[in-house]
Amino acid sequence: MKIVRYTTIAIALHWLIALMILISLAVGLYMTSLKFSPEKLQLYNWHKWAGVTIFLLVLVRSVWRLSHAAPTMPPLPAWQRHAASASHYLLYALMIVIPLSGWLMSSAKGFQTVYFGVMPLPDLIDKNKAIGDSLQWIHRSLNFTMIAIIVLHAAAALKHHFIDRDDVLQRMLPHIRH
Amino acid sequence: MKKLPLLILAALFATTAHAAEYSIFRADKSTLSFVSKQMGVAVNGRFPKFSASVVFDPAKPERGNVNFNIDLTSIDAGSQDANDEIVGKDWFDVRRHPIATFKSASMKAIGGGRYEVSGPLVIKGKTKPVSAAFSFKAEGADGVFEGGFLLKRIDYAIGEGAWADISMVANDVQVNFRIVASATAPESPIGKSLIPAKSK
Repeated sequence: MKIVRYTTIAIALHWLIALMILISLAVGLYMTSLKFSPEKLQLYNWHKWAGVTIFLLVLVRSVWRLSHAAPTMPPLPAWQRHAASASHYLLYALMIVIPLSGWLMSSAKGFQTVYFGVMPLPDLIDKNKAIGDSLQWIHRSLNFTMIAIIVLHAAAALKHHFIDRDDVLQRMLPHIRH
Repeated sequence: MKKLPLLILAALFATTAHAAEYSIFRADKSTLSFVSKQMGVAVNGRFPKFSASVVFDPAKPERGNVNFNIDLTSIDAGSQDANDEIVGKDWFDVRRHPIATFKSASMKAIGGGRYEVSGPLVIKGKTKPVSAAFSFKAEGADGVFEGGFLLKRIDYAIGEGAWADISMVANDVQVNFRIVASATAPESPIGKSLIPAKSK
């Protein structure tokens, strides 16, 4: 049976964003543990640039997703359909909200985000320690929530592929000619 | 005694007619701040503790004089991380050099209501001449001096070792000041005659 895949653009955006998120998560966890150093400043800036890029890519991806229907899933129990749908919505929401919380946090901590070191993003809020600390907690909590959902999302995809042996994962894999 | 109101008027007139000398430094109203750049990101910092002596008469700027003593142990570099780091050996090394000083060597008007002060700035045991342009305006009894200059941090070895990389933290640090000094009583003959008149 022929596999009906997501569109090439959707597949490309999915994997590009997935890769950037995984790297940004790793860098984010690592950089916060560093002592103050040039490396730390550099990683913070790279992390922020990556966050802005992810945000922009997610906007493009959201528009694409809304205008291009996802291929139909195989018949599944209702709870699985609902769980898949809910986790997809949640991932989109987090991919939008997490960069925003990081941007606001940077402003509140007195470090403006300057995209690629040349394009300053406006500071929507003034430097304020209490707000900065709250936003840091929010940014962190949202990311741990996302890590949990990513694990669930990946586990479900692998379960479909290796246990159910259906097309769910393959719909999102690049088409490789044999 | 009847001349007293007239004397007061004359004294007041003298104060406005002759520019006053501003020489009482107001620490509570003065600020000394700086902007550093980290990978293109401007970060605001300040020196919360410093003292200054100021003598300035806008009519005779070349006779003006200003000295700064800046406490480097209390620098706010924009974040707790940075504050902990910046007092260390690679940066200001405050254990050996807790204070930065500036002594004006010359002051002059440069037109457009602006002035320039020059003199040696000593940080971390290193002395370099600097010049800062500033504006002056009188606000009631206060004289307000606002200006700044570009400090090259590498000149003073502020940021050594890994921090010497100016692509991370720029060499240029913009230092800005807003100094307030109150006016002292003008030294005119009328002003002086008021004092014995009062005591009668």
